[in-house]
Amino acid sequence: MVDRSWERRSAVRVVPPARARKLAKVPFVELADGRLQGVVSSGSDVARVYVSSVAAATHAFSCSTNNNRPCGGLGAGYLCKHLQALVKEAVLQYGLERVARYLKADVGEGDDLVDRLDGVKEQAPAAAVFSRFLRHLGYLELPVTAGPVPEAHWFPAGAS
Amino acid sequence: MRGAQIAALADAPDGVAEALAAVDGFDDALVHGLARLDEEREAALAALAGAVGATPLGGAAADAAAKVTAGSVAEDALAALAGGRAAVLGAVHDALLASADEALGRERAAWDADAATGDAHANLLGGCRAWLTELAVTGWRGVDHDLVSGADRTVEAVLAEPALRRLGVLLDGLAGELRASCPVGTLERLPVRRWADLWTRAVLLAARGPWSAAAARAVSGRLLPLGVDVHEHPTAVGVEVHAILEESGGSSRLVRTSLLAPKTDTIVGPAVWRLLAGFPVLLGALAERRGLVVTDLPLTPGGDLIWDDERAAAGDPADPFVTARVGLAAALAPPVPPLDRHPVRISEPVLLEGYRVKDGRFELDGQSLAVETDRLPAAGPLTEALVKASSVCIGLLRSDAGGWSVRPLAVRATVRKAPVEAHNGDWALGPTDPKVQKAEAKAGDSVAVLRERAGRLLRA
Repeated sequence: MVDRSWERRSAVRVVPPARARKLAKVPFVELADGRLQGVVSSGSDVARVYVSSVAAATHAFSCSTNNNRPCGGLGAGYLCKHLQALVKEAVLQYGLERVARYLKADVGEGDDLVDRLDGVKEQAPAAAVFSRFLRHLGYLELPVTAGPVPEAHWFPAGAS
Repeated sequence: MRGAQIAALADAPDGVAEALAAVDGFDDALVHGLARLDEEREAALAALAGAVGATPLGGAAADAAAKVTAGSVAEDALAALAGGRAAVLGAVHDALLASADEALGRERAAWDADAATGDAHANLLGGCRAWLTELAVTGWRGVDHDLVSGADRTVEAVLAEPALRRLGVLLDGLAGELRASCPVGTLERLPVRRWADLWTRAVLLAARGPWSAAAARAVSGRLLPLGVDVHEHPTAVGVEVHAILEESGGSSRLVRTSLLAPKTDTIVGPAVWRLLAGFPVLLGALAERRGLVVTDLPLTPGGDLIWDDERAAAGDPADPFVTARVGLAAALAPPVPPLDRHPVRISEPVLLEGYRVKDGRFELDGQSLAVETDRLPAAGPLTEALVKASSVCIGLLRSDAGGWSVRPLAVRATVRKAPVEAHNGDWALGPTDPKVQKAEAKAGDSVAVLRERAGRLLRA
């Protein structure tokens, strides 16, 4: 049944908060543009990152450096370690149910989402994802506001 | 609060139900989009315009309803309708706050300042208005990824402009919710009131320019914190400190002081305090439960101290429960700036003692009040279990959808026969609970990790 009183409240939480996770390896994960996509830091070179993504429904995947060099660990039909890390961290951040629903993946209890992704390799827009990551980092460059922001009252902290 | 005070809140003030019904009609029209109004929704627009018919907005709102009904959904018409909706909710706010003040015996100063709006950032605001118009025309049910992404660049540009921070935080929050809800048409339930609220506020903030604060005056004296309310969406975190200001040689008044930091969705829990590390004096006072000595700090007519760490120094230890018990009754409450009048802003600090907690409600003298146990910030030590075990609480009296509730900011509880005290601001300098410290250490410093990435990649 639809909860009408919920619909008539001002301060309900629509997006559940992300769960805390370690960011060192996979600093950025998002469900956007019809893909699970994100950025994975290279294990060997601090200046290099990999841009990895899995498409919803088709589960077509891609992984390359931010300079568009293809990831050497990627096979035609299997996920490289960057993609595996991306999927694992996405599940930590959003919960298995939300990631599986977004990707339209059929996952039962106790299943590993990675095993349920049976797409093929494809070319994906790494530059666009990387620029979304930079935009994401840009939030930390903005100054703190001292002064009233009454609009914040629509966004109380808390779980639901 | 005593039971009799809770009882005094039980009956909604006259006219609130009718006013909210007028708002609901308009909100339902926004669900389906103003481009396709059926007779019922046309009547709802006319009813909203009628509700403000006797006010200076009446003519503009009636014209706007007629134009939109005739199929012309222009920015001016939407601004007039948003103004009408905001005015109706402003009246609801006034009635609810007056009944809270009466129940609490709280004296409130009258508003006698002018509020001005600036006239700048025309291009940016135009971009915002165009998107908001598209949303209204399409209706929430029609919102898809393309419509949401259409706002990305505008929101980014607005966020980069400090004078437009309020609009930026609002639009980013709304766009994030819409994105996470896409395609909206398939959702079983929609936050109808909420999205109409956010849309309305955004239309008004984007109408002409920043709402410049009326002249602040410099105040000095002792500031005694009562508690911290934490606000958060994926890309912003705000702390609003409620406190009593004892001006040197003067009266005592209720004030608020707020800090808001942009963040990423992955910075959650106690880590959000690290984003406010540039304010060690304020954070230190919260964590150590101290008062503050402030010198020439600007106080707005609406009771907001514009915080500046340079003009504050740590004071003596000050138990917020003592501050509440001794100071709340005599403190003068501030008036609410006219444009900020909306029920969601009502946050009146209260002290509750000697209650029992049952079914998510505080029971006292045969009366009961809902407790917002789902609004306990992960940035602090309050948990649902602690609230359930508590017998003393500093909270904020709040109102949503016409019902009253209390949002705990601090509690005293008995856990395993030992007294425990917890305040939302306890972890302002880092968590004090060893278990939480350990979890934080294991996860690493998320803020530092992202700053390192930003340093290397943003400036590469």
